[in-house]
Amino acid sequence: MSLTILNAVIAVVAAIAFAAVNAAYLVWAERRGAGRIQRRPGPNVNGPLGLLQPPCDGIKLMAKQIMIPGGADKALFMVAPALAMAPAIMSFVTIPFSDTIVAHSMNVGVLMIFAFASLGAMSILLAGWGSRNKYAVMASVRAVSQNISYEIPMLITVITIVMMTGTMDLKELVAGQAGGMWNWNAVPSLASPLMPVSFLIFFICSLAETNRAPFDLGEAESELVAGFHTEYGSMGFGLFFMGEYANIVIGASLITILFLGGWGCPLGLFPGVWWFLLKIYILIFSFIWIRWTFPRTTIYGLLNLSWKILIPISLFNLLLTAGLLKVF
Amino acid sequence: MNPTDASGILGFFTADGFAGYADPLAGIVFLIMLATTIIGGIIACNSERLVRAVAGLALCFIGVAAIYYYLNSPFVAMMQMLIYVGAVCITIAFAIMLAAPEENKKKGPAGPLSGPLGLITAGLATIGMIGLAVNTKFIVLPKVNMGGVKLIGAELLTSYSMVFELVSIVLLIAIIGSLIIARHGRSK
Repeated sequence: MSLTILNAVIAVVAAIAFAAVNAAYLVWAERRGAGRIQRRPGPNVNGPLGLLQPPCDGIKLMAKQIMIPGGADKALFMVAPALAMAPAIMSFVTIPFSDTIVAHSMNVGVLMIFAFASLGAMSILLAGWGSRNKYAVMASVRAVSQNISYEIPMLITVITIVMMTGTMDLKELVAGQAGGMWNWNAVPSLASPLMPVSFLIFFICSLAETNRAPFDLGEAESELVAGFHTEYGSMGFGLFFMGEYANIVIGASLITILFLGGWGCPLGLFPGVWWFLLKIYILIFSFIWIRWTFPRTTIYGLLNLSWKILIPISLFNLLLTAGLLKVF
Repeated sequence: MNPTDASGILGFFTADGFAGYADPLAGIVFLIMLATTIIGGIIACNSERLVRAVAGLALCFIGVAAIYYYLNSPFVAMMQMLIYVGAVCITIAFAIMLAAPEENKKKGPAGPLSGPLGLITAGLATIGMIGLAVNTKFIVLPKVNMGGVKLIGAELLTSYSMVFELVSIVLLIAIIGSLIIARHGRSK
């Protein structure tokens, strides 16, 4: 009994620590990457390569006074940042980093991640509405309409995968792809020849779900000041920021688990947590790369892409896969 | 396929650890879930701002999802989160934000139950519920299965297929109804 509680505490602390360290250092990586792409140095003053920048930022954010704008809904204003971070940490609980490193393996692991990810839209809504700022409200309406539209093709793609593999357990999903990169779900198979397309759809949707450029309509700086977190300073802003990066890690982990063989090696050698981390950091690097290379889309282009292109293609892929699974 | 499989090195939340009937910690966790649900419901009913009411509703749904998880149906719990919190609450909040940017409280005429009559009704209902709760002999049923996805799917498409289809008809009616209302609004 006491061992169970101890395990629970260790698991939760580990999940929070992993999320927080990643969030802090991905900000650094993003700023360095942005600097590199835009031909400027980026943060390079504090410590070697600027590696002490995240702790400095953290201390600054935590030391600042919390300002609540007049006319804001205080309760919702305070709850929203916590609601941005907490579901992300919950999702880490069920992500298997390797065969043994998983806080709690569930047979509905995929569903659990999506269930908690859907809370993120709620935090954006509450933040935008609670701060009583018209830019924030506009941004949150945009961000939520985007989240709703991109959740649909994402879930349809997941249904395709679940249909193919017959499991919602993240560990079993990875186990089904063991042995080498030709077994990965991203590779077209007889039953689902359009798998690379699914992979691309899922990748685009995870960019959109994490509100990353070119889909960062929720915080379009040139149009909406800073989007839904315009009124947030100090650690409220810090939590939104950390939540965003934690969600990026979750998105990359989910892509790795669903399509890229999880902790399996591309050649079937030495499966382990190092492959998982390598894959998610390559994906995160590509997220950063895309953010600083592509211009922002418009809201119409964004919604059209989802409703007129991604949803029909993913539905077609679902039907095709269902039919071919019956045949083979 | 075991939902409470704690094979990870940090395995926790096992059913035997948390949902054991005699476990005091399980009781505390259950009470927290109940409190979350009830507080969420009270916020949803009593707040003057609609967005706060939706936030309360979301809290209430999360509490209900937690109770489902506690009762060993992780699948139902996750669907509760995904559908009710992730879809229903967000759609309601979205609609409120699009429809009413500035809130002006409208107080309609109070219904017949708003005065002492309401208090009497509430008291009677409370007494009735307490009576029921005290006099009912609660039977601890054996665990039927692990609440896995496959079993629920098979049951839905065999034993409960009629219910399943009826629910879809309800949804169809809702969709058609909303379309008719929207169409009516457009012609004006």
